[in-house]
Amino acid sequence: MAANMLRGKTWVLSDASGKLIEDIDTDQIFHNAHLHITDIASMGAYALGNLEGWKDFAQKCRPGDFVIAGRNFGAGSSRQQAVDCFIALKVGAILASSFAAIYFRNAVNSGFPVLRIRNLEKIVEAGKLRTGETIEFDMDTGEALNVSRPFRFECVPMSAVQKDIYEAGDLFAYGKKILPE
Amino acid sequence: MGQTVIEKIMGAHTRGDVASGRIVWLELDIRSARDFGGPNVIKNYEREYGESPLADAAKTFFTFDLCAPACSLKYADNQQACRDFARRHGVVVYDVDSGIGSHVLIEEGLAGPNGTVVGTDSHMNILGAVGCFGQGMGDVDIAFAFKTGKTWFEVPATVKVVLKGKPAPGSEAKDLTLFLCRELGTKRLALAAAEFYGEAVNALDLPGRITLCSMITEMAGIVGFIPGGGDKAVFQADPDASYAETVTLDVDGLPPQVAAPPSPNMVKDLSEVRGIRIDSGFIGSCTNGRTEDFERAARILKGRKVKKGVMLKAVPATRRVYEEMLRRGILQTLFESGAIVINPGCGGCAEGHAGLTGKGEVQISSGNRNFPGKQGKGPVYLASPAVVAASALKGEIAGPEDV
Repeated sequence: MAANMLRGKTWVLSDASGKLIEDIDTDQIFHNAHLHITDIASMGAYALGNLEGWKDFAQKCRPGDFVIAGRNFGAGSSRQQAVDCFIALKVGAILASSFAAIYFRNAVNSGFPVLRIRNLEKIVEAGKLRTGETIEFDMDTGEALNVSRPFRFECVPMSAVQKDIYEAGDLFAYGKKILPE
Repeated sequence: MGQTVIEKIMGAHTRGDVASGRIVWLELDIRSARDFGGPNVIKNYEREYGESPLADAAKTFFTFDLCAPACSLKYADNQQACRDFARRHGVVVYDVDSGIGSHVLIEEGLAGPNGTVVGTDSHMNILGAVGCFGQGMGDVDIAFAFKTGKTWFEVPATVKVVLKGKPAPGSEAKDLTLFLCRELGTKRLALAAAEFYGEAVNALDLPGRITLCSMITEMAGIVGFIPGGGDKAVFQADPDASYAETVTLDVDGLPPQVAAPPSPNMVKDLSEVRGIRIDSGFIGSCTNGRTEDFERAARILKGRKVKKGVMLKAVPATRRVYEEMLRRGILQTLFESGAIVINPGCGGCAEGHAGLTGKGEVQISSGNRNFPGKQGKGPVYLASPAVVAASALKGEIAGPEDV
């Protein structure tokens, strides 16, 4: 496999009608009632704890699984916990139609894989990407494959800075590499 | 090639090209952390950098506004951890008496025209109201900024929004802002900077500008500016600046607007929701917590009583606002009307003191978010302070003309 290739099982965040949920905000991902928590390991239990239909996600999810979400994922607050809770659960990546700006940065800075999927709504609508299927994707080229079908689709590859931070480990490690003491 | 406002600000804080889409390293004038995020910032800092000094303690601040004074033992611990760190590093703390951090930074002159300011507050882009690039960030970013004084940023594209006409006389900045949420949703400004032009925005005073710029986050934008107010101190876009899109909207005769649950973009004319029963009202937040906001509410509340069984909660944005309200008799008017006046801070927005709703409790709020479950289980409507005040008197959603 290529250097930055990831493979895992999907959880497609859709509503009761099977439609991708848009604008999932940070209070649905990690509710403000738990913002006092500073220990990352303790954050996993609350992941998606306020998202209708997904409140049991922390129990269902297994290490290495991917979260697939609709546009503007992570809207709202600047809380890092909304990324950290997935890191705590060892989620492998979050792939979405698009992300809220602060959320995307927070994930990138933590070295957590986040990519946009092109035409995700259409792919989900056509039934070509469902919960429980295994996908793999190359973060450098954006090439993606639903192994379970099989069906090829495309992600937006990592930007240069995202790749640098991801490969260094996180923003701190990257900073130590490029900025003089 | 001419530049937009964001390109000029970023250009003044970095070396090299600031065309939209470029990644730049920005020098930060101010970096701050709140009692939310702050303890995590410290944790990151100490893990990565130990006791080594900050890039510049004089440009680093803590602002406690979320749970002030602490209403739980955990927040008390977290705030004290920030104070200890601040003492060791010589950092100024705007403590639990001060109010909302972004507003304090404006009042103290720390956030001003053409500056760059970051903090653990997704509404830090409120600083666009004074021509400053403000940006909310997570605790990794802020710890890094504490240490280096820098952050990486992709120069956003700019969308030009031109407003034609004059809103109806009873409408205020919040109505204009909610109308923009209605028209622009979370798509039109996504990941972009916005520049607002037109008589309706140029006429806004600073509190009105704060209201508008505070909700760019709810439109999924990066930051918003109102450059056309004639203030020569703030960067103006060049005539040949390049915009991703120009959006023209007609706001002539715009009536009061209300956002219905479950999203700030579910905006309707007041007339469509008038008469919906409410249990509580909330006036405050970084969006509508200035003296002028309370003054408009007080004009409606004066000599009248909040309907029996309805709670009207009022939270000034800052200590300075609180003082002005005291001096101008606004506090007394609110008190006599039956409102509950609480000390400055964020109120219910993040499980703070006031503004939380119980299951089934219908609230009308001057805040900026009404996402499901954010402030408790009750449905929340967003409106101007005047509409909140009128609704509290009637016990149902109402406008000033209804009381």
